[in-house]
Amino acid sequence: MSENGKNTKMGQDFEAARDTWREAYEGRLPNEKPRFNRSGIEVKPLYTPEDWSPDDYLPDLGFPGDAPFTRGIYPTMHRGRSWTQRQLIGLATPEDYNARMRRIVDSGATALSMIPCNSVYRGYDIDEVDIEILGTCGTTINTMEDMETCLAGVPIGDMSVALNDPSPFTLLAFLLGVAKRRDIPWSRISGTSNQSDYISHYVANHMFFRLALDGARRVFVDHVQFANEQLPRWNPVSVVGQHMQQSGATPAEAMAFTLASAIQYAEDCQARGLDVDAFLPRFTFFFDISISFFEEIAKFRAGRRIWARLAKERLGATDPRAWRFKFHAQTSGVDLTRQQPLNNIARTTAQAIAGILGGLQSMHTDAYDEVLSTPTEAAAKIAIQTQNILREEAGLTDVIDPLGGSYYVEALTDQMEEKIMAAFDEIDAAGGMFQAVAKGLVQEKLGESSMAFQRRVESGEQTVVGVNAYQDDEDVPVTPLERPSREAMEQQVAKLKTFKAERSNADVEKALDAMARACADENDNVFQRLVEAAEAGATHGEMCACLRRELGFGQPLIAA
Amino acid sequence: MNTTQETHSPVIPAAIAGLARPPKVMVTKIGLDGHDRGSRLVASFLRDAGMEVIYTGPWQQVETVVNQAAQEDVDCIGVSSLATDHLLVPKLMKALKAAGLDDVIVIVGGIVPDEDEKMLMAEGVARVFHPGCSQQDIVGGIADLIVERRKTLGE
Repeated sequence: MSENGKNTKMGQDFEAARDTWREAYEGRLPNEKPRFNRSGIEVKPLYTPEDWSPDDYLPDLGFPGDAPFTRGIYPTMHRGRSWTQRQLIGLATPEDYNARMRRIVDSGATALSMIPCNSVYRGYDIDEVDIEILGTCGTTINTMEDMETCLAGVPIGDMSVALNDPSPFTLLAFLLGVAKRRDIPWSRISGTSNQSDYISHYVANHMFFRLALDGARRVFVDHVQFANEQLPRWNPVSVVGQHMQQSGATPAEAMAFTLASAIQYAEDCQARGLDVDAFLPRFTFFFDISISFFEEIAKFRAGRRIWARLAKERLGATDPRAWRFKFHAQTSGVDLTRQQPLNNIARTTAQAIAGILGGLQSMHTDAYDEVLSTPTEAAAKIAIQTQNILREEAGLTDVIDPLGGSYYVEALTDQMEEKIMAAFDEIDAAGGMFQAVAKGLVQEKLGESSMAFQRRVESGEQTVVGVNAYQDDEDVPVTPLERPSREAMEQQVAKLKTFKAERSNADVEKALDAMARACADENDNVFQRLVEAAEAGATHGEMCACLRRELGFGQPLIAA
Repeated sequence: MNTTQETHSPVIPAAIAGLARPPKVMVTKIGLDGHDRGSRLVASFLRDAGMEVIYTGPWQQVETVVNQAAQEDVDCIGVSSLATDHLLVPKLMKALKAAGLDDVIVIVGGIVPDEDEKMLMAEGVARVFHPGCSQQDIVGGIADLIVERRKTLGE
């Protein structure tokens, strides 16, 4: 054995056979150019025991459910419990959302997701923005009443609820209010604050960035602390590598930045005095799955191994549950094309297989028409059935980590780990993720990588079927637009105005005042006060405006 | 299919080399969406091609865009829309007209369904660029429109 687990002594017969093959290969492909994956790792035509051997099997791979979790975080993996199908849903009015959600619940879904309107993402109420774009990309939820309507007839105590709910987590506050009204104890509320990763919003998904960096940091830790104390089944943290990769990061960079963010968040919680073994098992991750098949699988395997090490050695977690790298993944919309859009079903399938073989816990498959408009219900259905076909027809869940032991996949996992750690160490050297994004270091890397990828497409080095290869002149099919009517939105705005007129404004003001004061008192919990404000009838926009006054308006660093 | 791996070099359209002053383009996003990878890339392409680019970042108000377009005397406003924000472009067109800036070229790029494209063209948008357009399509398309505009202005 040499260093890096590479076996260099395979014997003379091996070397002779290898040289014969190499000669034959190079004779047929004399001027072949080297190939690189998206993370910049050279991909060779063949991998052998010289590239990887199982000599360090236990420390490097181990068994599923055991550190370092390279082969999966649970002993049974997808045989025991397959991944959760978690499709993003959100459109138009709370009534529209409820109708769609109930159809999904009736068909047996045990998990729901909620995507609010872009106006909500920006921290506004619907009476503050242009009506033309309301409800076209998500549901208009501004009050606890709206949440009540969204969830009418939905058994929230028995479902896992994923909220696309950036800091200051107003949707969670509304959800907790609804639970209280229905006498459902908060200890039964399970799910995830999908968009708690404010650093990724500052860097990449800017529209979710509502509070200034320091303010977002404060509310983040308050929200984790609140969940720790009162919501035992809630995952308050989802660290979003997907935003990084969608914004241009290579797969290795996306993993590195995500791990660096997770470390930042964990260390911030530790600085608050929270117990790492209590909060870390509730950390979850969310990634993009690009069509770079083996690279994505290796990314996930390497990520699991690195996280186990960081959680244990750096953060000092002793509970093995804290070492588990639980992640949701979404097939990448960046790889989808407007040209010949049905091809996107094939792309999504390949991406989904990579995610499954990569050992994900939960998945969203993109609808093929995402690149044409907000997805239609028919296309969303194909996306779900794609998952069902892969799980129940293709036999992908029969064997745990079926690519484990592949010379290529193991060597690539090692190489990805090196790439990821190099980028991670760079962030560390810059003072950690918070400092690195405040200085614009990460943003610069995203810009460079997205430009480099675009150049690969432009030069034809990266084939995109229907775009720079195999094009045809067929027209792009027209998808029906499913958009809320202007009348429906006008009614919704009127409803909000009535709500504001009928509630007790004195109670709302008192609750907002208490929240504002909490911002100046580090012993108070801003999120606790926000839950109380929501219960008193404060709207989403009012709560965001109040915190923006106290903690600063979220203005991400944007340069081009 | 082009499989050559050329090193990157800016594509400077010949047509704009002859202009008295470089083309000036504002790249913007109006409305609520913040997905800006596309607009940042396009801004870089245009700069590489020798154009002067004003990049506003997302969440611009229609009024701000119009004021800035007037102050900066831009040839063209490029609106990036990935989440239906192009539905605000008719408002932008009206505001430009009201400000006497009818001759400023407006183009839209991003996720624009066909029905919306028809609507936008009827409102006076010069061109809609869809996903998959190459750098050359975009740079060349904008260059042609600007050369035409300068001719009309007698420059």
